[in-house]
Amino acid sequence: MATVALPLRDAQPRTSLWREATRRFVKHRLAMVGLVLLATMAVAVVAGPLVYRVPIDAIDFKAKLKAPSWAHPMGTDDLGQDVLARMLYGGRISLAVGIISMLIAITLGVLIGAIAGQLGGSADHVLMRITDLFLSLPGLPLLLLIVYLFRDSLRKFLGPELGVFILIVAVIGGLRWMTVARLVRAQFLSLREKEFVEAARGLGARPVRQVWRHILPNAMGPVIVAATIDVAAAIIAESSLSFLGLGFPPDIPSWGRILFDAKDNLDFAPHWALFPGAAIFLTVLSINYMGDGLRDALDPRKVLGGK
Amino acid sequence: MDDHGIRELLGEVRRGRLTRRAFVQTMIGLGLTAPMAAQMLASAGVAQAQTRAPAFTPTRRGGGGALRVLWWQAPTLLNPHFGTGTKDLDASRIFYEPLAAYDPDGNLAPILAERIPTVENGDLSKDGTSVVWQIKKGVAWHDGKPLTADDIVFNWEYAADPATATVNIASYRDITRVEKLNEHAVKVVYKDATPFWFDAFCGNRPIIPKHLFAAYKGGQSREAPTNLKPVGTGPYRFVDFKPGDIVRAELNPAYHQPNRPFFDTLEMKGGGDAVSAARAVLQTGEYDYAWNMQVEDDILRRLEQGGKGRVDVWAGGGVEHVQCNFTDPSKEVDGERSSLKTTHPVLADVAVRQALNLLVDRASVHEQIYGRQGQATANFLNAPSRYRSGNTRWEFNVDRANQVLDAAGWKRGADGIRAKDGKRLRFVFQTSINAPRQKTQAIIKQACAKAGIDIEVKSVVASVYFSSDAANPDTYSHFYTDLQMYTTNLNAPDPQSIMRQFVSWDIASKETKWAGRNITRWRSEEYDRLWKGAEQEMDPVKRAAMFIRMNDLLIQHVVVVPVLWRNGVGAAANRLRGIAQSGWDSTLWNLANWHKA
Amino acid sequence: MSKYVIRQVLILIPVLLGISLVLFTILAMAPGDPFEELATNPNVPPEVRANLRAKFGLDDPIAVRYLRWFVSMMKGDWGFSFVSRVDVDTLILQRLPTSLFILGSALVLGVIIALPIGTMSALRPYSLFDQIATTFAFIGFSLPTFFTGLVFILVFSIWLDWLPFIYRADISATGWRWYWEQLRQSIMPIAVLGLFQGATLTRFMRSAVLDVIRLDYVNTARAKGLSEKTTVVKHVVRNALIPVVTLLALQVPGIFGGAIITEQIFRVPGIGSLLINSILANDTPVVMAVTFVYSALVVLSNLVADILYGWLDPRISYR
Repeated sequence: MATVALPLRDAQPRTSLWREATRRFVKHRLAMVGLVLLATMAVAVVAGPLVYRVPIDAIDFKAKLKAPSWAHPMGTDDLGQDVLARMLYGGRISLAVGIISMLIAITLGVLIGAIAGQLGGSADHVLMRITDLFLSLPGLPLLLLIVYLFRDSLRKFLGPELGVFILIVAVIGGLRWMTVARLVRAQFLSLREKEFVEAARGLGARPVRQVWRHILPNAMGPVIVAATIDVAAAIIAESSLSFLGLGFPPDIPSWGRILFDAKDNLDFAPHWALFPGAAIFLTVLSINYMGDGLRDALDPRKVLGGK
Repeated sequence: MDDHGIRELLGEVRRGRLTRRAFVQTMIGLGLTAPMAAQMLASAGVAQAQTRAPAFTPTRRGGGGALRVLWWQAPTLLNPHFGTGTKDLDASRIFYEPLAAYDPDGNLAPILAERIPTVENGDLSKDGTSVVWQIKKGVAWHDGKPLTADDIVFNWEYAADPATATVNIASYRDITRVEKLNEHAVKVVYKDATPFWFDAFCGNRPIIPKHLFAAYKGGQSREAPTNLKPVGTGPYRFVDFKPGDIVRAELNPAYHQPNRPFFDTLEMKGGGDAVSAARAVLQTGEYDYAWNMQVEDDILRRLEQGGKGRVDVWAGGGVEHVQCNFTDPSKEVDGERSSLKTTHPVLADVAVRQALNLLVDRASVHEQIYGRQGQATANFLNAPSRYRSGNTRWEFNVDRANQVLDAAGWKRGADGIRAKDGKRLRFVFQTSINAPRQKTQAIIKQACAKAGIDIEVKSVVASVYFSSDAANPDTYSHFYTDLQMYTTNLNAPDPQSIMRQFVSWDIASKETKWAGRNITRWRSEEYDRLWKGAEQEMDPVKRAAMFIRMNDLLIQHVVVVPVLWRNGVGAAANRLRGIAQSGWDSTLWNLANWHKA
Repeated sequence: MSKYVIRQVLILIPVLLGISLVLFTILAMAPGDPFEELATNPNVPPEVRANLRAKFGLDDPIAVRYLRWFVSMMKGDWGFSFVSRVDVDTLILQRLPTSLFILGSALVLGVIIALPIGTMSALRPYSLFDQIATTFAFIGFSLPTFFTGLVFILVFSIWLDWLPFIYRADISATGWRWYWEQLRQSIMPIAVLGLFQGATLTRFMRSAVLDVIRLDYVNTARAKGLSEKTTVVKHVVRNALIPVVTLLALQVPGIFGGAIITEQIFRVPGIGSLLINSILANDTPVVMAVTFVYSALVVLSNLVADILYGWLDPRISYR
């Protein structure tokens, strides 16, 4: 087994491992599709408003609920505001919130899950009970409380927009890591006893190294799935936050919020809901493809075994 | 025509030289409305015309099958004295009835009362300090016991006891005593002259049975089993109640009005959202009636094309309005912002407030957002119609707003925002979370931007915004922003309580834990004087003039910018008849007469 | 093993105490109160609200309120709802059967969809079947339930007119008709929830099977000459179930906690809608009771998951 030999080959520079992973990632067709898709969307929402200069809040009652046309490529909403302009503007928030909250949730979750799973015993116990506590917290009162306690001070220190942004990603990320922690811990419990890890342990690999080189890469499967689901969940969660008045000000149209506003007009103006729905879907899809590519690229057996 | 002229005419009617109808016509010619004329006649001792009875065609009791109604907020309790929201009061009215209800014109319609007290029939004292209620004979509670004067006396004792903690205490605490005259008559004696004597025992303050609640007055009020299993006098009697979900009832075979009710069973389902409730009535016909359709009118119109039902609209008394803060929300004095010791640096300038008044595009808010749910208005006090001022106008005019601001010395800066002496025209504008309100905010914000005023909109979740939590700065009564918008409802056909919102001794402040009702913190001696006068003025004409003057003061000084006079909106199945919604009373006030064609 | 279980269950008591304290503090400190609607009604003077606050003890210090709650709960008294003034346990028991039925069925539906589809996807990754399953799964969790629920209503209730969209806990029919009505009104809420959970679980199942299938002992099993079917069922699926069990352990308490949005859309009188209405009305005793029972279930079901790991993979040992 190639993996067993791993610890002995410490002399091999790590860079080549990463280069190898990068090469595999680039060769992964779907991963590249995902990357291009996500990059396109990122460019569109960052540069789009500079090119497409229709204001997001110009009210025009004569043009309300119009289907897509040359004047309004994605149609208009019930105040006659241009949906494309709103999608581009809101996409910045949705993409940023989705991805950063996901990173927070995954980092926290992997860290806590890994520590609990690797150390076991009372550390595991304490961490898992904390996880249980977070799982059982009632979201809405907690959110109201957090906003109530921190909004004004964050606004003061970081300005209204950055302050609210940090609050939102912290809240969403901070309330979504528990699933990942439980999953990672379960993987650790199982992997810890598998042959290749025992072999590495037997060969004297330090615990951190065991985790980093052997267990973690094998535990990434569920983490990547959780990450893609978390992006979608965070984008939607942001919209429900702003609907509760806890998120961005009500005049900032994030994708989830556009979708929410559109729902009551679904039978009369389906275009209004179609675009935000599709945007969230494509984001999730592209991140998932990248995740699949990442996993294949990082698979330790593939790297050294060269299947 | 002045006071004297009207009084002359009233005398003519009394002496029989002028007909009621002719008098009312004359009054309408003078710009007054029929209800106002009717009330003038009543108080001048002219017999009241019969309340127009809604047409009721069924010739026998029952046989109507099931009536299914939807309330998108679910009722949570069935004791009308504890009802914290409309939903609870409505659900209670299935079972309980008041002495008199308020009909759509704001007149009294007798329910458990034999007749409506007037000065002429001697039931209402001339000085307004006492009123005699004759109780209808032969009315039985659902358990068979008769309704008597003891029940009426008990309701006063129950509700006026602070330990019972009812929400109706304000209607009962100024009553000195309620005397039982005989088995079917009581005399209610007030401390002072009380022009609004038709408050206690009327409308949403129905009568509960003494024999089932007597043991649960005061501190034990919560433990009464009848809180959840009501025994009333109403057209339907109790079957089942699941708080927050459903109320079920069945025909009361011993109801005190002939041939009523029409339906055999009644089901009130709660929960969900307004749009899907409208769908269930207008599009699928699963339900017969849906309450409070707070949905954009465009959507309602499209749903109506489903053909199963119609949207039902009636005038109410609520007004959606923008309030200006007269104190400074950004400065903290003695642990509170918006303190009376400060004045607002910018809004204190009446020119700025006048400009704001010109920048609220009421027509667009009305036509594009609320539609049939209201009408654009220049008045804070719009109803009942006898209290509506004709002296005010509203206008949406960005150019004039710009002129007003220019003239007052507010100059545009490099970023287009006006400033004067280093103070910028930048306002935080808050309201509760509610789609039409956020759209109204967007419309106002856009117009203000054109006049060099920058608006930052803020929205707070309703349960926080309208809470009485003294520790939370986001409540409407703290008013820690420059502008805010919400609807004040007028739930009875008398404006005394709604106008209390601007008296100077009732200011919301830290001292009163923000429980005061004057939230704009505006103060005016003239207003105070008028309000106190109206509280005891028994002459309806003078009293109406006082309220009109109070309203005009608010508009002249731009204390508030009225946006929309709200209508009540419901959705009803095509065949449903006899609803006759009243803006002053519960949606179910006329339930006994509901039937299907 | 049984010693381990007993010890863990005993530890739960202080853990639950701690959780209850944290929950109570959050609820007590969160802004708002139950008297929102009294605010815009000018006929109700502010003193009424102040009086009600005092009567319900809302103005007492948090420590005092917690102690009061704790003592009466120890006596089996869960308190009463500020809003409906009904005992909290009555309220919860009224709604429990509906919640268990709808959410339980949805969970079962989700698992029934996820296990076979996820496994088949993983056995032939990037095949046409996998691609279709993947696409549907992504649509499944990209769209929030408020949206899919509405689409269901539009299609099945309004356009096709097949199903009612207002759920009624007590149908007046009897016999077969009752079952038929019950089925008709339950299909949409169960499907919306089940498909959402199924979409999520499918992805996890696929990923878990993919991970396991590459492990050495699966190759060993294949090499030993075991048939593909036996290999998959006995070795692959069993090991792949570890993440799935973890997820299920996280979702089972949800059966009690309810599904707030779906219940709202279809007006299902479950615990979720009780919880959200109580939260919005700041009805602390109800919120406290529901979240506390919920957290007890979370702790318990995670404990069960830990025990199941040992059964799925005997090498996992507990110290």
